[in-house]
Amino acid sequence: MTTKTPAATVSPTGKPAPIGRSTTAQKRSSRRRSYTLLVGCALAGLIGLLALVSFFWLPYAADDTSGGRLTAPSADHLLGTDKLGRDLFTQVMNGSQIAVQAGLGSVLIAATIGVTLGVLAAFAQGWLDDTLSAFLDILIAFPTLLLAMLIVAARSATLSSAVLAIGLAQSAVVGRLVRILVKRVLAQDYITAARTSGTSWSRIVAGHVLPNIWPTLVVNLALQFGLAVLAEAGLSYLGLGAPPPHASWGRMLQEAQATFTTAPAGALAPGILLVLLVIGVNLIADGLRDTLDPTTRGRRA
Amino acid sequence: MARYLLRRFAFLLVSLALASVVLFVLLRMLPGDPANALTSVGASAEQIAAARESIGSDKPLPEQFAHWIGQLVRGDLGTSFISSLPVGPEVSARLNVTLPLTAAAFALAVLIAVPAGFVAAYRRRTWYGALLSGISQLGIAIPVFWLGMILIAVFALNARWLPAGSFPPDGWAQPGEASRSLVLPVVTIALVMSASLIRYVRSATLDVLDSDYLRTARALGSSFGQAMWRHGMRNASVPVISILGIELASTLLGAVVVESVFALPGLGSMLATGIAQHDYPVIQGVLFISTLAVLIIGFAADLIQRIIDPRLRAGLSGGVR
Repeated sequence: MTTKTPAATVSPTGKPAPIGRSTTAQKRSSRRRSYTLLVGCALAGLIGLLALVSFFWLPYAADDTSGGRLTAPSADHLLGTDKLGRDLFTQVMNGSQIAVQAGLGSVLIAATIGVTLGVLAAFAQGWLDDTLSAFLDILIAFPTLLLAMLIVAARSATLSSAVLAIGLAQSAVVGRLVRILVKRVLAQDYITAARTSGTSWSRIVAGHVLPNIWPTLVVNLALQFGLAVLAEAGLSYLGLGAPPPHASWGRMLQEAQATFTTAPAGALAPGILLVLLVIGVNLIADGLRDTLDPTTRGRRA
Repeated sequence: MARYLLRRFAFLLVSLALASVVLFVLLRMLPGDPANALTSVGASAEQIAAARESIGSDKPLPEQFAHWIGQLVRGDLGTSFISSLPVGPEVSARLNVTLPLTAAAFALAVLIAVPAGFVAAYRRRTWYGALLSGISQLGIAIPVFWLGMILIAVFALNARWLPAGSFPPDGWAQPGEASRSLVLPVVTIALVMSASLIRYVRSATLDVLDSDYLRTARALGSSFGQAMWRHGMRNASVPVISILGIELASTLLGAVVVESVFALPGLGSMLATGIAQHDYPVIQGVLFISTLAVLIIGFAADLIQRIIDPRLRAGLSGGVR
């Protein structure tokens, strides 16, 4: 297979090694690959754990304002308190829950709609294919945030509106990628062989197309997860995400902006966790690309 | 080439027509009556009906649509429901902020990302090559508004070198103040944008560095610089240009968060207000202009790619786009 990964998914680390590289270099590269996956899992796992724990236990109740306003980090309040006296660590834990939900929800929507549209467009010929891909192109050019603002205006500012909007916007990206990947598979000889031997289209999709595209797809979905987390934070920052009792990291940052210099913990902690989660997921995507993608695996290992 | 130009231009027009229909229909699907925003809370049925008549929302949808398109053809973006001011001049006033902001950020991002991406690829086994990749990895994970907050805290609140935002009310009549207030927003957008661009430039360069044609050119006696200049740059720029087009288009309106952090009166914040007030002409006007901009950018990016890459002209890569 000499196919190239489409530009949108080409990773700086996903580069097949040049032929004739020495064995030590190969070992080193495979070790670096497992480090990437390991560090990614550790970072994302840390946030995931925080989110999981927050379902069962929190240091303080979310509406407990007994801590005094804008106190510095202490043993009682690991990150200090916000301007209403609420414990920041409690809010950060709640925020990790929202971030993980936003990422998973958006990716689920994007995967469902995107794969359906992409497979349809790839199988369709002529005007239907043209229309679908033009539609996807326009949707991609349309900034996620604006689509989200329209949907939030139509419904209301809730986490599910935000997730729906982000998922819809991302389904265009996933759809275009799937279309290209499926078209490439359909051009292979074994599809012609399967067709001539009388295999139905549905069995070709299940037996040949999906197994061939899923490694690239999973990597892209991992990247979309990180982007969804960032988009949800942006929406919450604008006041278009989860409404008040839920402490989204984006809204925490917006609330802490005015007191950045006097009480920096509130303006730093949510941002740092956000960055750690997104880096973690991106590293997982890079690591997965190298282990899953048979085209790079064949040349590397 | 002329035939392609014609076909590509037709595609632009069809897309614009499609997009305006979708825009119009989507907006009418929003719940809430714009007439409510015009009348006081306890307004009588007659008052509401009069308000609807005054903004034309009592007419059937096809008629409203025809009216809007008729205005557009004459270059008129309509009149705001809320302020009764024409939308066109307001859009161009906002563009006076958004266009310089986007253009400067885009230019700065390209200036950072192209050399940095090249070095990250060409020197990938050195510590600084790895550092550049690491920085870009970090940069794509940072929310743009948080970077803006940090830059404000460091450069405006602590060091007091630059204003924390807000555009002078008389705009470019005070060029010094106006451009000073754009410095931090421009840097914010450019840093985040260049982080993702570096990755694309790096992988495009890696593709080129491993290519057979570069090795052949070297074997035929070209120096690395000559081979890179004649073959490498040309090949690497094709995928990068399509990404640049997408980035530029999404920054134009995606700047809304940055505009919010720095309190800038740009196109994005105009749209946000319009959506909050159900002000159809404002939303339609802003989205129409930005869709047009997005389509033109895509058109230009496709055209530049074809000029650079003769294989696209010959249709050799046809079929799968």
